[in-house]
Amino acid sequence: MQPILQIEKLSKEYLLTRDSFEQSGVRAGLSRKWAALRRFGGSNLPDESTGEHFWALKDVSFNVNEGDVVGIIGRNGAGKSTLLKIVSRITDPTEGQVVVRARLASLLEVGTGFHPELTGRENIFLNGAILGMRKAEIVSQFDEIVAFAELEKFLDTPVKHYSSGMHVRLGFAVAAHLNREILIVDEVLAVGDMAFQKKCLGKMSEVSRVGRTVLFVSHNMAAVENLCRRGIVFDDGRIVFEGTAKEAVLDYLGRVSGSRDSTGHTVDLSRASDRRFARTPLLRQLEFYTDDNRPLSNDLQIGARLQVRVHFELPELTADFNVGLGFDNSYGQRVFTAQSQFQPDRFAQARVGPQVYICDIPSLTVTPGEYSLRVWLEINNSEADLINDAMRLRVIESDYYGTGKVPWNGVLVLKHRWHNEATKIQ
Amino acid sequence: MPSSFEVTIRPHRGWQPIDLREIWLYRELLVFLVWRDIKIRYRQTLLGALWAVLQPLIAMLIFTFIFNRLAGVKSDGPPYPLFALAGLAPWTFFSTAVSQSSNSLVSNQQLVSKIYFPRVFIPLGSIGALLLDLGLTLILLALLMIHYHWPVSLNLLWLPLFIVAAVLAASGVGLTLSAFNVSFRDVKYAVPFLIQMGIFVTPVIYPIRYIPGSWRILMGLNPMTGAVLGFRYAILGTPSPWPVMGLSLAVSLALFISGLLIFRRMERRFADII
Repeated sequence: MQPILQIEKLSKEYLLTRDSFEQSGVRAGLSRKWAALRRFGGSNLPDESTGEHFWALKDVSFNVNEGDVVGIIGRNGAGKSTLLKIVSRITDPTEGQVVVRARLASLLEVGTGFHPELTGRENIFLNGAILGMRKAEIVSQFDEIVAFAELEKFLDTPVKHYSSGMHVRLGFAVAAHLNREILIVDEVLAVGDMAFQKKCLGKMSEVSRVGRTVLFVSHNMAAVENLCRRGIVFDDGRIVFEGTAKEAVLDYLGRVSGSRDSTGHTVDLSRASDRRFARTPLLRQLEFYTDDNRPLSNDLQIGARLQVRVHFELPELTADFNVGLGFDNSYGQRVFTAQSQFQPDRFAQARVGPQVYICDIPSLTVTPGEYSLRVWLEINNSEADLINDAMRLRVIESDYYGTGKVPWNGVLVLKHRWHNEATKIQ
Repeated sequence: MPSSFEVTIRPHRGWQPIDLREIWLYRELLVFLVWRDIKIRYRQTLLGALWAVLQPLIAMLIFTFIFNRLAGVKSDGPPYPLFALAGLAPWTFFSTAVSQSSNSLVSNQQLVSKIYFPRVFIPLGSIGALLLDLGLTLILLALLMIHYHWPVSLNLLWLPLFIVAAVLAASGVGLTLSAFNVSFRDVKYAVPFLIQMGIFVTPVIYPIRYIPGSWRILMGLNPMTGAVLGFRYAILGTPSPWPVMGLSLAVSLALFISGLLIFRRMERRFADII
């Protein structure tokens, strides 16, 4: 069988024109206009002389079979959105082609074309028509759309009086009831409240279960892992990884953490600003690692391993010292404290000079967010060196429970079980 | 999986024909866009659709006072107010259509950059909505004719042709300007000026016989000359030179076709630069 979506050597070049503030003056303006006019008269190719070229996509090829649910991930500017725009026919490719062998619906934004002056009812029809639905189709789905959006009471209220949540609900409801063989969804889950996001995810998995083909772009890794079977990672306009969704997410996370710079996982403490010490600074450096001893310089998924190596100096021979690490959440609340003195079988041996102590947290189960790390060293029961905010660690969503439901409330993420009274706990 | 849905997306270069099949497929959307424009145009206004009539009505009163009474411009038969309004009806339609459609892509950026459908619908939809205003102006004209006891002749059967001519002229200019407006916002400043000047080179205020014979045919190069003369010919039965009208109608048609082609050619870059 032929693939339902065939993407062949697709490239897209953009011309970055300089801003008019940068290149001001009548002559510069006129020469720009002239160049643009020549472009209009000539080809689709950007002009050579007036700006910088930028390949948003370069030689991208892949096939999607009927029923595939493909997650497309990558950093901002990796080319995901450009790809979706080409497949949705919003913009032309510069080279290559896409063959689409079914009817396609694309949802690059929720509620495109909503008019604030029109009522909810009127906007359902308008938005449906813009998305490519026939009037008869909209009429037959109307009640379902309204029920999904939970806006029965506000149908005849102009949309300008809607809250942003209501706006988004209505928009997604219309799009979700498009009966198209291929559905393209770009990051729409990033808007709206959590309850809405859950509902969208539910609808999306329903769509994929009935065998429709879905191309899904998201930064929500849990959603990608849970919804998609295949995953494609984009970087710099090219495909850098193809595999199962899970593999793709891992690859992407590895890429993100490995890419800032080669030494990004180490923090030099000599430049720390918020610090107090007794006699001289003793804490030297922190190093961060995650699962499989991969250096960590960026985000950590919920439940991933965190290994912190603390480099410090002991000025004189002592066995009575303690290294501490404190994790504060963005509300300034201490979430967790790790101290070397908690280690029951530690060597009570006296030491001196440069030391490396490793704190290994097999699974850091805190809710997504940013954590500030405090590190300190005590010698002979008194504070010798302390650094506040030595490093910011961001914990990001993952499919920790294996259900696609992301924990976001509270402080901790803990494995737990639910069971019916009648069934025994195993 | 029906193969009729197969679409190949590839780079487009040069001039492209109009994809009529696609326009047919999306025809309901055009209706919706016209309906939307009609619905929202006079929302939250005190006078509502009265505005559609007030504009040509007030212009008619002013023209009658200044040009007819003060400057002594004579119509070619009918009372001057009828003469002026019959010319103002297509002219107001044209000028409003051009100024709204030329701005339509820019004011619907979201539609251009987030979803695909035949983009010609955006300027065409805003023009289509104005046909309602034209209809209302024609009703006003009919009332005025009753007031002046001015008879209607069989010439009226020609009216649809001249309405089509006005739509073609407005669409041709509107499509071209809206496409250019995406890259060059200069259009926004040029259009009101051009429209202001346009009324003087179109026989709206004065009858065409004021133009010396040998120059008259040049008026035919103005696409709106045909519609203005034609409206008067069809509604008021005034004699009108067919060579001038014919040439003007041909210019309207040519403008419409070239407008579509230019639009089509520039369309593929809209989403990238808007």
